[in-house]
Amino acid sequence: MRINLTSVPVDDQEKALRFYTQTLGFEMKHDIPMGQHRWITLVSPEDPSGAELCLEPDEHPAVKPFKEALVEDGIPFTSFAVQDVEAEHKRLEALGVRFTQPPVDYGMAIAAVFDDTCGNLIQIATEVKAS
Amino acid sequence: MDHVYRAIADPTRRAILDELVDRDGQSLFEICARLTMKHGIGSSRQAISQHLEILEAAGLIEVRREGRYKFHWFNGEPLRAITRRWPTTGKRS
Repeated sequence: MRINLTSVPVDDQEKALRFYTQTLGFEMKHDIPMGQHRWITLVSPEDPSGAELCLEPDEHPAVKPFKEALVEDGIPFTSFAVQDVEAEHKRLEALGVRFTQPPVDYGMAIAAVFDDTCGNLIQIATEVKAS
Repeated sequence: MDHVYRAIADPTRRAILDELVDRDGQSLFEICARLTMKHGIGSSRQAISQHLEILEAAGLIEVRREGRYKFHWFNGEPLRAITRRWPTTGKRS
């Protein structure tokens, strides 16, 4: 068994596609019409054959209150790895991305949390290698 | 004032104040992560929420909403009342 797909629940697929590709830098892998929505998956240019991220419509009535409760408490829906979280924080903030947590050094990792504009908070983290 | 003394009598609540002095205006998630990773305090999110309520009732933190987010801010004013009552500077120092 292996993990090949994960998803984020987004309030607007088109807006999410713009944010996750143009701002975050992921690349589209699949875009397949599915009735009133689309099956959209993205990959990282650093790992084009790696795990895919699906931009999933959040229209189930249970999802919105769940997302709002997580956002209120600052809890990220998922986490992505970055080479240099400080540099990525600067880059994204310059693009107008709202961070609820700047890079914080936890010892084992440095992590920051931002708003994906589609109703989720996302963590980015750089693992600190023991030297 | 009893609220204040009770609030700062607990080591987890003192650690929360330490972390807010390090960086003010934190989400519940950030406070919990700092306590776990930096202080080895493995309390549940619910337990930390209760600590935050006690600190808020004592006036040592303020909870402010910013849009959809909720942040916690340190307020040292109740502690000033302690040094006004028992001055740490003055004729004896």
